[in-house]
Amino acid sequence: MDLLRFATAGSVDDGKSTLIGRLLYDSKAIFTDQLESVERTSQQRGDEYTNLALLTDGLRAEREQGITIDVAYRYFATPRRKFIIADTPGHIQYTRNMVTGASTADLAIVLVDARKGMVEQSRRHAFIVSLLRVPHLVLAVNKMDLVDWSQEVFDEIEHEFSAFATKLDVPDLTVVPISALHGDNIVSRSPNMPWYEGPSLLHHLEHVHIASDRNLVDVRFPVQYVIRPQSLQHADYRAYAGQVAGGVLKPGDEVMVLPSGFTTRITSIDTAEGPVAEAFAPMSVTIRLEDEIDISRGDLICRPHNQPSVAQNIDAMVCWMAETPLVPGQKLAIKHTTRSARVLVKELQYRLDVNSLHRDDTATQLGLNDVGRVRLRTTVPLLADEYRRNRSTGGFILIDESTNRTVGAGMITSAS
Amino acid sequence: MTIHDYQLSQLDLLEAEAVHIFREVAAELERPVLLFSGGKDSIVMLRLAEKAFWPAPMPFPVMHVDTGHNFPEVLEFRDRRVAELGVNLVVASVPEAIDRGLVAEEPNGSRNRIQTPVLLEAVEKHRFTALFGGARRDEEKARAKERVFSFRDDFGQWDPKNQRPELWSLYNGRIHLGESIRVFPLSNWTELDVWHYIQREGIEVPSIYYAHDREVFERDGMLFAANEFCRPREGETTFVARVRYRTVGDASLTAAVKSDADTVEKVIDEVASTRLTERGATRGDDRVSEAAMEDRKKEGYF
Repeated sequence: MDLLRFATAGSVDDGKSTLIGRLLYDSKAIFTDQLESVERTSQQRGDEYTNLALLTDGLRAEREQGITIDVAYRYFATPRRKFIIADTPGHIQYTRNMVTGASTADLAIVLVDARKGMVEQSRRHAFIVSLLRVPHLVLAVNKMDLVDWSQEVFDEIEHEFSAFATKLDVPDLTVVPISALHGDNIVSRSPNMPWYEGPSLLHHLEHVHIASDRNLVDVRFPVQYVIRPQSLQHADYRAYAGQVAGGVLKPGDEVMVLPSGFTTRITSIDTAEGPVAEAFAPMSVTIRLEDEIDISRGDLICRPHNQPSVAQNIDAMVCWMAETPLVPGQKLAIKHTTRSARVLVKELQYRLDVNSLHRDDTATQLGLNDVGRVRLRTTVPLLADEYRRNRSTGGFILIDESTNRTVGAGMITSAS
Repeated sequence: MTIHDYQLSQLDLLEAEAVHIFREVAAELERPVLLFSGGKDSIVMLRLAEKAFWPAPMPFPVMHVDTGHNFPEVLEFRDRRVAELGVNLVVASVPEAIDRGLVAEEPNGSRNRIQTPVLLEAVEKHRFTALFGGARRDEEKARAKERVFSFRDDFGQWDPKNQRPELWSLYNGRIHLGESIRVFPLSNWTELDVWHYIQREGIEVPSIYYAHDREVFERDGMLFAANEFCRPREGETTFVARVRYRTVGDASLTAAVKSDADTVEKVIDEVASTRLTERGATRGDDRVSEAAMEDRKKEGYF
């Protein structure tokens, strides 16, 4: 059984909670005591129906105010796959939460209400999905029951959305007409929409091919931790632990260590179960090398003829997540793969309107939930790829050095 | 693991993520400690920590917040496992803290709430900066909102509305003096994943997780063992039933479930088909209110 992580975007009005409730319920991931608790709370509040949103709203403040504050993670499984849902709220802190949820997602579901069609929010959600390079996008056109299961309505929305998605460079788009409330096209194909010939939503989630989404070409192994047992049994053992960020590594491979540039060979790839024949993303392994080279956390192992940039000038799309704005001249801490450094914000090139995609190059700062293109200068070189080539070696977070809060997320567009 | 299509199973992915988290903490935070209760989640954690640093020993001690309300099988297991691994065990004792007057016994006899100050005191005394816990997001709805790196202020408090965004696998472990991070490597595991992993790895767990005959009585629809911590009240009669424990917590308020599952395979079948959450089925402490867990977490609980 494999695992699919997906993010859902949309507001309560689009029926997102109903959809998640439906997926969980139909896959038997909602338990009797959870349902009873939700029914009890619904009743106490005087809701007219059992409010499935309460299943995902875990915090007191959320239940009191009837809003979702933060990303909630949900789990369910079918015989084919295990699923992790990052349920991102549509209203509050939408960009920050959706960026967070999308950062680890293999797939994103954007919901639209069939009666309303594409709205500003749908464009924003699709944009964030493409910004974070979520490999698979599903547009779920919900509430088809309220438009008489009309193929015409569906075709129009599909057409409009596809045209927009083309501009965003979305690699894989699937559009499914559904009724989350009645369960149409959720688990099985709906008899109400015989004109729709595609898969049900769950069928698509179970079968979408994700194995080729990872980068198996460019070998990238950020060194996370040096393992040197201080014991007689393993006296000379010295190895480099980390999670493979790209490519396939095999014993005997010639590799280069950055930033030093030394080359050597892999002698073995170790796990607690014994050596393995190869390692690929996202395996956590331990690598031994032929030569004794000075290697520490933050270094990166790659192939001599396929290296990332060793760069201190970083251009990136940054999503800002703090109340106090990002301004040129500001100094921040950065965490990129296993490397930490400091950065100077050299320039804000433009602020992007996430609804219209308009670039405002007169912007002087990025406020909370703003997205913009930023030029950074780092104190030490980063071993970086373009985010579009590798999400692990192309993404970074920015940290405020006085509060230690995570204040920004960056996607590298170029590094030199 | 099928190498040919470069696809990892869900257990391989969850393991790789957890191992990455363990290493990240060991690399970035100065004094980590692993919370070890002898329960199944913390046993799995111990296995993952062992793997993360192999062949070196795990570079941190383990700590047990001992409520004094223990199942003897679990305590015996704890000591044996710690000895096998050769790790240091720190015990933060609630009964001792009661004797010293740090905390006072609550009227209902539950030590669930009063273990928090005892935990926080031990953290301060040993200057631990990172505490690994076995909590999972599928356990409880407040936990579904928790980060993998959960920041705690210098009072050990969790502020759910003010959590650090957590992107990709980039964890922010930066803290000021006195603050700490609770780390949850099993965040994305479900109860079923834990059991599948126990099966795959051939991990031993305390015998009370498997079906056995036990003298129990019924209270609030749950089956409690009649023992020194938990006695039947008037009108509650004891009887022998075939039961097992789905969770192992404070022996005075953890209930057993009726079960014939005496092997790991049978437990997996049972967990896969159950219609009750593990906490809903077995924990008196979460029944206090809708936000019982959230409130305890804000006070510094796990």
